[in-house]
Amino acid sequence: MTSATFPADPKPPAGWSRYFGFSTDAKVIGIQYIVLAFFYFLVGGFLAMIIRGELITPASDLVDRTVYNGIYTMHGTIMLFLFIFPVLNGLNNLLIPTMIGAPDMAFPRLNTAAFWLVPVFSLLLVSSFFVPGGPAAAGWWSYPPVSIQNPLGHFINGQFLWILAVALSGISSIMGAVNFVTTILRMRAPGMTLFRMPVFCWTALAAQSLQLIGLPALTGGAIMLLMDLSFGTSFYRAEGGGDPVLYQHFFWFYSHPAVYVIILPVFGIFSEIFPVYSRKPLFGYVYVALASFIIVGLGLVVWVHHMFPSGVSQWMRDLFMGTTMLIAVPTGVKVFAWLGTIWRGKLRLTTPMLFCLGGLFNFVFAGITGIMLATVPVDIHVSNTYFVVGHFHYVIYGAAVMGIFAAIYHWFPKFTGRMPYEGLGKLHCLLTFVGANLNFLPMHPLGLMGMPRRVSSYDPEFTFWNVIASLGAFLLGVSIIPFLLNMLSSWIRGPKAGHNPWNAIGLEWLLPSPPPVENFEDEVPTVISRPYGYGTGEPLVEHQAEIERRLELQEATA
Amino acid sequence: MTSAIPTPAPAHGHGEHPKHNLTGFIIFLCSESVIFLAFFSGYAILKTSALNWLPAGVDGLEWRTPLLNTVVLLSSSGAIVVAEHFKAKEKLWLFRAFWLLTMAMGAYFLYGQAVEWSGLKFGFTSGTFGGTFYLLTGFHGLHVATGILLMGIMLIKSFIPGNYEGGEQGVQATSLFWHFVDVIWVVLFLLLYVWQA
Repeated sequence: MTSATFPADPKPPAGWSRYFGFSTDAKVIGIQYIVLAFFYFLVGGFLAMIIRGELITPASDLVDRTVYNGIYTMHGTIMLFLFIFPVLNGLNNLLIPTMIGAPDMAFPRLNTAAFWLVPVFSLLLVSSFFVPGGPAAAGWWSYPPVSIQNPLGHFINGQFLWILAVALSGISSIMGAVNFVTTILRMRAPGMTLFRMPVFCWTALAAQSLQLIGLPALTGGAIMLLMDLSFGTSFYRAEGGGDPVLYQHFFWFYSHPAVYVIILPVFGIFSEIFPVYSRKPLFGYVYVALASFIIVGLGLVVWVHHMFPSGVSQWMRDLFMGTTMLIAVPTGVKVFAWLGTIWRGKLRLTTPMLFCLGGLFNFVFAGITGIMLATVPVDIHVSNTYFVVGHFHYVIYGAAVMGIFAAIYHWFPKFTGRMPYEGLGKLHCLLTFVGANLNFLPMHPLGLMGMPRRVSSYDPEFTFWNVIASLGAFLLGVSIIPFLLNMLSSWIRGPKAGHNPWNAIGLEWLLPSPPPVENFEDEVPTVISRPYGYGTGEPLVEHQAEIERRLELQEATA
Repeated sequence: MTSAIPTPAPAHGHGEHPKHNLTGFIIFLCSESVIFLAFFSGYAILKTSALNWLPAGVDGLEWRTPLLNTVVLLSSSGAIVVAEHFKAKEKLWLFRAFWLLTMAMGAYFLYGQAVEWSGLKFGFTSGTFGGTFYLLTGFHGLHVATGILLMGIMLIKSFIPGNYEGGEQGVQATSLFWHFVDVIWVVLFLLLYVWQA
């Protein structure tokens, strides 16, 4: 044995300009994804403010009805394809290589191409606001026959641009998925078997597998929709012998699993963060990891529950009601595992932990309304009402977005080298939790009372709950201010972060903050135990004490 | 290097990761097959639920010429295997000859498809029958053309001296892609030409 040598001086950090160019570095691309996603989060959020502003009074008085149709369509489309998916891909880019000890993604140039498709299709989508007839207005599902009308007769219309943008988004996501799956399967650190892999990587693998299986179906369906809209075919045109319900099958075959693509990585985030701030190993690691793939398998055979009122046969309704309810089992396994992790732990209520706790609460609520919706008679009663909107937003905003915020606060010091401010973070968390519940809880009674979704005017009996929901929405709008303030000011002049400010266990925390371009380069540590060894005193990698001492020395001299 | 940190795994080197390329390509092909699966199931659903499947004046598809096309395309899969065999034996000229033969057979298939299309009495707006027929054959034809293009690139690469190692990955992936296109065609032929009842 010879003495430990210091690594070569870390490469001088390139300036801000690298975030505006065609970088192939996963950590740069990750931040590009996240920043772009939050730009569109503001755009989509602004549209949501218009929607809730319109709905604060029963009359249709803020925007024109046709404009309203375009606004909710674009709100949904932007939030899904330009916020949630890009922000998760950004986290994947940052976390997967560092967590498994890879220098970069398997295909760095493919990664660059996948990212730069996002601004391209985003411009295509946003430009649809400026074409004659306005943007697509058939809702984010774009069901025919509404979506294959072209009343003004222009070849380039909002719906046309919408389909192109969604198809490009699909290509970008497939490129990303091929990259993530290959990286996870092929580039793990020595000693890191699948069952020593952090749960975030398990859930990313599961989610990206779903993308690979589901997304081509939507692309295929969208190609046929485009041909119906623009080239006179009649795949979905009943008058030409086509079948509009066929599109619903294609759409939901992907778009239901898409919800799991969104929520699975958030399960991964919960599984990473709860052990850190409870100082206990993740309860039932193997079951939490495997449950992700049970969700993948079941998630592919539940899509017809979106189509219970669409004239599908009774045996299909029964079958898909059963499979949908079965999903509660693997998700329940995860929820109980997190509760088991927190149980009698030494809790530290930091911002990420608070976001995770709030997200978990909202997720359980959404799970309960999800079981209600899976029940055929209930579903037929509340289908296309605000009950569905409420359920969906509890999953996506209440659980997924809160989980994403948790991840951002938790890993912010790792990738920027600066600590975010706790006070602003906690304020952000409080406003988000209160705002989300105030906004989305009233939608459930509204739906049960029979208020349909996608309308700009409603019966005055619905006013009370709508006013509360709108106030909650405006609170959510305000909640983004402390977040942006926090991110900007702490990135510019926040306190310097050490390599492991949260005292967490994981390969990414054995790297300097921010990590050098190639992460561990040629000195990837050998993993010798399961992740989350909190309180066991067991080291994660060989020579762990040495690596940590070296990092501390580096920080002391810096 | 006298580092106390253990040696890295060889898979973590910089630059090209030849094995990853093939893994990635196989993952991509699995995903690509789903889009065909979507079209196949759409075709089956539209066909079984149609009241008048065939447009007026059309009484089914002629299957003899497409059968000949099928035989050519399927044998081209054999030719590409032979080409790969010679590649492994480092007989580059024989590799190129069989590679070119595969390309020619692929091109013949496309030509046969074009001849068939030009002789048909229905267009892609002729109900769901015409729409699905042109969608399926057209989308598959696009893949055949892509395959020929990929083979052309690999052929050019084989002439670059010292590129042997780099080109090999592409050769393997292209050959896989070609087999994929073949398998898809067999399903397509069964669905479109054999299942006419």
